[in-house]
Amino acid sequence: MNEGSKKTIKLLCFSVLGMFTFSFALVPLYDVFCEVTGLNGKIELEATTNQNLETEIGRDVSIQFVSHNNEQMPWIFRPSESQIKIQTGKYHTATFYVKNPTNKRMIAQAIPSVAPSNAASHLKKLECFCFEEQELAPGEEALLPVRLIFDDELPDSIKSVVLSYTIFDVTDYNDLEMTDHHDGHEMEASL
Amino acid sequence: MSAVIETHDHDDHHHGPAEGLTRWLYTTNHKDIGTLYLWFSFAMFLIGGAMAMVIRAELFQPGMQIVEPEFYNQMLTLHGLIMVFGAVMPAFVGLANWLIPMMVGAPDMALPRMNNLSFWILPVAFFILLSSLFMEGGAPNFGWTFYAPLSTTYAPPSVTFFIFSVHIMGASSIMGSINVIVTIMNMRAPGMTLMKMPLFVWSWLITAYLLIAVMPVLAGAVTMMLMDIHFGTSFFNAAGGGDPVLFQHIFWFFGHPEVYIMILPAFGITSHIIETFSRKQLFGHTSMVWAMTSIAILSFVVWAHHMFTVGLPLAAELFFMWATMLIAVPTGVKVFNWVTTMFKGSITYETPMLFAIAFVVLFTIGGFSGLMLAITPADFQYHDTYFVVAHFHYVLVPGAIFSIMAAVYYWIPKWTGNMYDERLGRLHFWLSFIGVNVTFFPQHWIGLAGMPRRVPDYALQFADWNMVSSVGAFLFGASQILFLFIVIKTVMGGKKATPEVWEGARGLEWTVDSPAPYHTFSTPPKVS
Ligand code: HEM
Ligand SMILES: [Cu+2]
Repeated sequence: MNEGSKKTIKLLCFSVLGMFTFSFALVPLYDVFCEVTGLNGKIELEATTNQNLETEIGRDVSIQFVSHNNEQMPWIFRPSESQIKIQTGKYHTATFYVKNPTNKRMIAQAIPSVAPSNAASHLKKLECFCFEEQELAPGEEALLPVRLIFDDELPDSIKSVVLSYTIFDVTDYNDLEMTDHHDGHEMEASL
Repeated sequence: MSAVIETHDHDDHHHGPAEGLTRWLYTTNHKDIGTLYLWFSFAMFLIGGAMAMVIRAELFQPGMQIVEPEFYNQMLTLHGLIMVFGAVMPAFVGLANWLIPMMVGAPDMALPRMNNLSFWILPVAFFILLSSLFMEGGAPNFGWTFYAPLSTTYAPPSVTFFIFSVHIMGASSIMGSINVIVTIMNMRAPGMTLMKMPLFVWSWLITAYLLIAVMPVLAGAVTMMLMDIHFGTSFFNAAGGGDPVLFQHIFWFFGHPEVYIMILPAFGITSHIIETFSRKQLFGHTSMVWAMTSIAILSFVVWAHHMFTVGLPLAAELFFMWATMLIAVPTGVKVFNWVTTMFKGSITYETPMLFAIAFVVLFTIGGFSGLMLAITPADFQYHDTYFVVAHFHYVLVPGAIFSIMAAVYYWIPKWTGNMYDERLGRLHFWLSFIGVNVTFFPQHWIGLAGMPRRVPDYALQFADWNMVSSVGAFLFGASQILFLFIVIKTVMGGKKATPEVWEGARGLEWTVDSPAPYHTFSTPPKVS
């Protein structure tokens, strides 16, 4: 085999490795892209550090709260109020009611989403139950708060925003303290 | 292009093929490996076709008749995977193996032992995939696009074997592409500049680069699935901070270039055949090369046209709409060149030419329905309906598969030394042509009328055209048995072919004997 062939082969092998790496690099790239642009309705799962969001003037925006349970998540989960009117540049606190009706201790994670997606980057949260996992004992209930604000740059065309949360069951059922069986996790057992 | 062969191979007798089965197991000869690929893909074509028959039988009438919905989903998934990765792609690799060394005047592929390996892992991959039918929970049932979380959280346990088999198929394709590129870049006969290279070689060079670029991404996607399923990561699981939409982006970043991988070699084949049977030089060789190159480059920036309905922002919807439509320009250039080549040619209609002309016409219909789908607001209506099914079957069956059949008829005299039976070949063409159109044309209508894809049962108003479509499918399926018969008959015997085979055919492969000797171009020919 001549030198030229060897060089081509080397180059191609590097390209293959490079593209494989690139496919994994797409994961953080995608997250950064979504975060920067606020596309996909994704919002940060972190409290805002910007202290100067409160301003004098504000306009009315109506905000609707929506709750979803993922798969067979058995918790009762709903917003205390389904719709409120708030002003941009002012903090508001909303609450979600949640109850664990099962006889097991369970852990949940709520994931927020905002529609329309170009409102996402203007919705800031000082505090949110979605920043950390929520753990409830059997039968326990709670009111979970979210403290939010719309900044002044919210586009004028947006009069109403939907903030939805989906709660996911993230209980580790392999953990011995937790209880035995759960749907959707039989995969691990049978493979 | 004219070629001068300086010396013939005089040492054929001590370099002939080994005897018996081990010849095929250990062979490193590009012609043997080409034959293996072609037979393998034919077998897969028949297996995947049998699954399509099950699908069309179930859809013959509304209501659940023959199979359980779960099994229907498995048939649909395996049909797609087998046709894409088992039939179309290996067939093109088989053609590449047979033809590229002969067309560029090289003695063999650059890496003969890797060539052997890249073929023999394929049957292993498909054995694993097919054996999942007999596993607990059944075969993969999430569609050939294996969207998460259908293929992760909700997948049958056999998904792990599916992932393994996709890895093997990917490895095979990557090795095959490396071989193709190294051969083309480094082993061309003296005097064969890149621009003088035959178009089939060009089309494969571009295809191989596409494969190198996207097969690793496919491997990445299934690796992430594997990790989500078994190692508790959350690439595609929203609860853990992942995103199922990300899966679709990664999949289609692979998937759209993949559909061009399945059509570019067809462009090459069609160009050769139309040139030969029009008895004219191909119109626009250079523009063909540029058209294929720009199609390949553009194919990386259109993937989200498969995802118009996932909730993309307006800017992205517009970008992907225009980018997709842009591909129609180089595609149009190619169709224009083919038609212009035929214009005022002294055309004869042998079987390869019939398939090639049908390719041009029917592929163009598929291109047009693709353009309709590229219109974002229209796609909101068409997405996930039978219209999409009609679109991609028009580009893949009378597109990719007709081109493969055309290639088989065109080059089989070179491979076997025998002419195929022209009467039977034309019969096969007409049966396939009618079958394909009766099967897939009505699917445009039921799709526009709102019938969703991937369903085992449907509303009554779709009944008539579904029945027509099923009848067409049975006709098309049955005519492929005829194809098998014709191929076997030609291998067994027939009128002896001349070295040139076709009057006025251009290219180095026509300068060697028919059948092509086991070793060709041990001394490179001179191309002027
Ligand atoms: C002018 C060229 C083309 C255009 C504009 C085009 C456009 C599109 C669009 C917009 C879709 C998405 C439809 C939907 O899901 O709503 C689609 C689907 C598809 N196209 Fe094309 N296409 C073209 C050529 C091709 C070619 C050449 C092939 C393959 C040889 C191909 C194979 C496919 C396949 C397999 C799908 C469906 C994938 C799936 O969802 O299972 N297309 N095409
Ligand atoms: Cu596409």
